[in-house]
Amino acid sequence: MRGKVWKYGDHIDTDVIIPARYLNDPDPAALASHCMVDIDESFAKDVHAGDIMVGGWNFGCGSSREHAPIAIQASGVSCVIAASFARIFYRNSINIGFPILECPEASAAINAGDIVSVDTKTGVIIDETTGQSFQAKPFPEFIENIIEKGGLLKYLKEK
Amino acid sequence: MGMTMTQKILAAHAGLPEVHAGDLIGAKLDIVLGNDVTTPVAIGVFEKAGFTEVFDNEKIVIALDHYTPCKDIKSAELCVTSRDFAKKHGIKHFYDVGTVGIEHALLPEQGIVGPGDCIIGADSHTCTYGALGAFSTGVGSTDMAAGMASGLNWFKVPPAIKVELTGKPGPCVSGKDVILHLIGEIGVDGALYKSLEFAGEGVAELSMDDRFTISNMAIEAGGKNGIFPVDDRTLEYIKDRFNREPAVYEADPDAEYERVVKIDLSTLEPTVSMPHLPSNTKTVGEASGLHIDQVVIGSCTNGRMSDMRIAASILKGKKIADGVRCIIIPATQQIYLDCMEEGLLKIFVEAGCAVSAPTCGPCLGGHMGVMAAGERAVATTNRNFVGRMGHTQSEVILASPAVAAASALAGCIADPREL
Repeated sequence: MRGKVWKYGDHIDTDVIIPARYLNDPDPAALASHCMVDIDESFAKDVHAGDIMVGGWNFGCGSSREHAPIAIQASGVSCVIAASFARIFYRNSINIGFPILECPEASAAINAGDIVSVDTKTGVIIDETTGQSFQAKPFPEFIENIIEKGGLLKYLKEK
Repeated sequence: MGMTMTQKILAAHAGLPEVHAGDLIGAKLDIVLGNDVTTPVAIGVFEKAGFTEVFDNEKIVIALDHYTPCKDIKSAELCVTSRDFAKKHGIKHFYDVGTVGIEHALLPEQGIVGPGDCIIGADSHTCTYGALGAFSTGVGSTDMAAGMASGLNWFKVPPAIKVELTGKPGPCVSGKDVILHLIGEIGVDGALYKSLEFAGEGVAELSMDDRFTISNMAIEAGGKNGIFPVDDRTLEYIKDRFNREPAVYEADPDAEYERVVKIDLSTLEPTVSMPHLPSNTKTVGEASGLHIDQVVIGSCTNGRMSDMRIAASILKGKKIADGVRCIIIPATQQIYLDCMEEGLLKIFVEAGCAVSAPTCGPCLGGHMGVMAAGERAVATTNRNFVGRMGHTQSEVILASPAVAAASALAGCIADPREL
């Protein structure tokens, strides 16, 4: 995975990732068209397939809406890197097979607009713009399996 | 090494003699819950994966409470999806307009959840049922789909923070003030991935409604769940409601806690959370005088009968301030009826309040009280994020029903003890 970075701060809540007023249409493309709109109107317009979102601490806090990781994924973002994730957002991302990486060092050092490449298997994150590299926490094997199968339901179905 | 209350419930549902913080386990579910926003997504995932049967149609609850009575065509279509699914699978606990209440007030009231249960709900405030001594946590729609299909889900066993309560709360200090104070102390990620385990002699001073409010907002500290010990008050509450055998768990004396937070209830002041994080707490005195445009008294946090009673006791025979809109939302049909029988609806209407059918509505900026740019509300709800109740330039201040009612009369943030 390789893309341009969209950088946000701490406690990015699911109400700003996808405001509740847009939850009446759960179509992924519709959700993507409103993603981040309350804090960054340019995101939905200018995001490119493969781009990477970087957040601070407690990314995805607040409501349980799976619409939040769905909106980010459908917008074309290939993965989210954050210092830490709120637990429901973390579960939801894994369950829909959307790669997320927890790495406080990368979250602090990577700048908006940097070109970053990510190996989700090894957890190695390279900021090609600054030349820095980081190691994210690897997933436990059980979770890695769910992501590899493409989500929880596919995992369950195969079991 | 001993186990916490949460760990004991998880161990029992995983069929294991013991579990430890960090273990990944599969656990049996007693109840799987969803609402009108999250259930349609779960149904899509369930059907797309090729599942055709639910694991048990008596253990699934679908409550259409967020955008109902439907605010627009798209939300009406979402309800159709849930309604058709409920009918097709014979979902026993399906609640539609006319029977629905705000889910986290409704499920305990109807006796659907009880002590010792393991519950997931596709709504972050599912942690509310910890007040009954259950393990109960919010999840997303895919988790709900997995739960509906298999009756199982995976959990990482959480470490715990013990919240030791002592003393007796003073006048106009409620469960809301306790939890806002705690979130102010530990922060919005202070309990991230952890369970909040409430303990101590102060627990006995808290009503069940206070405990529901406290457990409800565990998620606002990042918590996986917020659980209370089961005592006589809990057993009295579930009597005549809960028809399964309650499983009462106690934390082991040598249970391990990552941290102990002590709160002397007698020292707490009525507390508010300023925009735009629940952890931005102040005492009501520090915030008093701040102009407001709207008051909302309701939600899964504070729409229960005792919340209605305290609001009515403050509003009785008075008029809300000019220029303030006060919206009161009893959380369930039963609470609405009780308000009617006790004469509270008359008090609210005569004071100049609008009273609504049960709905989550304004709490998430859905309908029934969405704000324009520059407006400010005092609300008994649970989140004050940017844009939560409407425009990104509107503001929400979280407070107890007593503070909200006093503020409605004053037209600004006001201390209910000074009326």
